[in-house]
Amino acid sequence: MIRTEGLTKNFGFKKALSQVSFKIKEGEYAALLGVNGAGKTTLVRILSTLSRASCGGVWMNGLDVKKNSIKIRKIIGVMSHSSFLYPQLSAEENLIFYADMYRIPDKRHYIAQLLKRVGLWERRYDLVSIFSRGMQQRLSLARAILHQPKILLLDEPFTGLDVHAAGLLTDLINENVKNGITVLLATHDLEYAKNHANRILLLKNGILSQDTAASAISLEQITNKLTN
Amino acid sequence: MEILSQIFAIIRKDLLMELRDKQVISSMLVFSLIVVVIFNFVFEPGDSQTKLTIPGVLWVLIIFAGNLGLARSFGREREQGGIQGLILCPIDKSYIYIAKVIVNIFFMMLVEAITLPIFWVLFDMSPDINFPALLLVLFLGTTGFAAVGTIFSAISAHTKSSEVMLPILLFPVSVPVVLAASKSTAKILAGSSLGEISGWIKMLIGFDAVFLIACFLLYEYVFEE
Repeated sequence: MIRTEGLTKNFGFKKALSQVSFKIKEGEYAALLGVNGAGKTTLVRILSTLSRASCGGVWMNGLDVKKNSIKIRKIIGVMSHSSFLYPQLSAEENLIFYADMYRIPDKRHYIAQLLKRVGLWERRYDLVSIFSRGMQQRLSLARAILHQPKILLLDEPFTGLDVHAAGLLTDLINENVKNGITVLLATHDLEYAKNHANRILLLKNGILSQDTAASAISLEQITNKLTN
Repeated sequence: MEILSQIFAIIRKDLLMELRDKQVISSMLVFSLIVVVIFNFVFEPGDSQTKLTIPGVLWVLIIFAGNLGLARSFGREREQGGIQGLILCPIDKSYIYIAKVIVNIFFMMLVEAITLPIFWVLFDMSPDINFPALLLVLFLGTTGFAAVGTIFSAISAHTKSSEVMLPILLFPVSVPVVLAASKSTAKILAGSSLGEISGWIKMLIGFDAVFLIACFLLYEYVFEE
């Protein structure tokens, strides 16, 4: 479960987020929509403990982000347009490193399963530096779900992916949603969000302008609300 | 125990990355060797005036080569958002600092271990000195420099001109360590025993302790926006 209350973030005089309050229930797949600069990435960074809110509160599965950042990092998986991978290491070495950081038992077996699931088992010894963007994002998702998080925060994960890679990534995300993981997807792909998420949050100039079920709003309405 | 294994994982990852691209060691080593050779041409080996300048040359070499390595230490971490991936791990950021300091000390000491014998031969240095004392001073000086350098490399990595920013931030703060280390090195090369330089050693230990503790406590805030 993700809950925010009056979340505000200022960068100097610029207000990136203003009084953002919402609640995403356990197992829900929410899409955070907004044009460039709307504050999507800032919001995801605060939820993922990478940045602190100027005021307001964030709770992840009941834990206050300000007081329990290390505990929260154990239950969240984060994926963004940056892969968070080390290009000098192989796919397997990257996952082993993160498995060690999350203290995952029986890591070799579990990593092998994950690499097979994301279709990179044959390339496990290859350095990430020679991976295509799609392969890096698949490995990045494997890294994000390596510790079996309860909440998945995805910030524009489809950036730069071809149709095939995007399809595979969609399958992997949907699989996690079916397993009961709470997902927040920040994207500017309105159609994708409408078709896959069951909840829509619209962010406009740092203000949450709409919070509704995906079935209760049309694509045209979403477009109008974001552009007008 | 969990913390130790996480620190060890970061150290192993950094060593593996260095083993792959050799960016830190090679840049530090090439710079050190060039400095040794240039100064060898400038100063007459074995000359009494040269002997007076040797400790300074040695520590200029160590801190400038160290600066090159420290700049890469976090620069490499930033590629593809690696530093954010590291921060997202369930570990106190201060322990990331401990791991990074250990790695930086290791890289600097490794370069010193390769450069020092060449330095010794080219400058026609006397073998009759207190080597354990010299090694102790090198270790303490390197530790102090790496302790401050690690936090400043993380700070400067956030700036646009990190290569310029790092020495501007680092050198003024590390002056006490470099002064104490070069003064004690000069005394050791002049034949002094460990007891005779105990004042400088205590000063180095003091600086190291203060820098390590202060940077450990402050590291949490380096990544704040």
